[in-house]
Amino acid sequence: MLTDAIEMFHLARPWLGGIFCLIGAILTVIGTVGVLRFPDFYTRLHAASITDTAGATALLVGMAFMAPGWVVVAKVAAIWVFLFLTGPTASHAIANAAHVAGLEPLIGRMWRDTETESEEE
Amino acid sequence: MGYFLGLLCALVVFWYTMSGMNEPLILGLGAVSVIVTMILSWRLKVVDADSSPYGRIIAFLVYWVWLFIEILKANWRVIQACVKADLDINPALVKVKTVCRSDLAKTTFANSITLTPGTVTLAVEGDKLLVHALYEEDAEPGAFDEMDALSARAADGRHK
Amino acid sequence: MNLLLASSAAALLIAIVLMLIRTLLGPTLYDRVLAVNSFGTMTVLLLGLLGFAMGRPDFLDIALLYSLINFVSTIAILKFFRYRSFQVSLSRRVPAPKEGS
Repeated sequence: MLTDAIEMFHLARPWLGGIFCLIGAILTVIGTVGVLRFPDFYTRLHAASITDTAGATALLVGMAFMAPGWVVVAKVAAIWVFLFLTGPTASHAIANAAHVAGLEPLIGRMWRDTETESEEE
Repeated sequence: MGYFLGLLCALVVFWYTMSGMNEPLILGLGAVSVIVTMILSWRLKVVDADSSPYGRIIAFLVYWVWLFIEILKANWRVIQACVKADLDINPALVKVKTVCRSDLAKTTFANSITLTPGTVTLAVEGDKLLVHALYEEDAEPGAFDEMDALSARAADGRHK
Repeated sequence: MNLLLASSAAALLIAIVLMLIRTLLGPTLYDRVLAVNSFGTMTVLLLGLLGFAMGRPDFLDIALLYSLINFVSTIAILKFFRYRSFQVSLSRRVPAPKEGS
């Protein structure tokens, strides 16, 4: 029974890995779209952190499913740990540099309806 | 000295995991790199109690699991904000007071806030953090209390 | 399965191109630095993905190295634009208390 389950898992592994990779890539594209759409620097920072956290995690989990051996899984885990340690540090460094340089954030509710915008045009 | 011993073990394990080979040449190169890294970190004076909290690894692992679930929950809101046809965000700047005492605990707390999508730490002054949030609702007073208490417990060891 | 990998690599490439557009458009310096940093993260992921798509997971070593270089380069760019020099110490280190060993 247990050996059957393990065999099933090994058969399903490449497919699981591919699906996780696709999910991660789509999350990365969503984060990038957010970076392109948002109105000011500080809000773009939030969109970029989707790529750093959810997108990277899903892609690396997918790669770990496809790995041929434990050494490769360890390497994927090392990349994940490095990304999670350096990502927020870099984000904070950029945000702090902008804050010290005196870049003012936009504050308050922003509502841009696509219909009214097209009427204006 | 104990910290350098821990660094040595970590470096040896890291080299062996990354290479996975047993040839004498590779192992010799590994030994040279480990020794050079130890000398450099001794000269940079980066090895001390704050940079190598070996006693707290278990607490940090537990904290990471909790933080990971929080990150997944926060991701969902920001993804919705990104793909919605109408731009609907409510950015806010708030000051957060923390109960963390040591530098390690403050760093953990500030990095956790930055790692969670939707909130970014802009500056740390004493025991106050300047946080920029994508939604004002996410950064109400008290929204960060649980993360604050948990990171203080993970890094400082006692719960206030 | 290879189709899945190829489509995720294509999606990552699209994201990289979009991020390049933000790098070129970015009104402020910080937008550009943010875009370049995010670009580097995506490059790391794309390198690993291509390694698996080609059946050579050795690419992961390059990805690991690139993630470290990406972080250092971001910090170096920010430091240069803040102080206009690399010769500035970033930390004011107070002498640490002696630790028993």
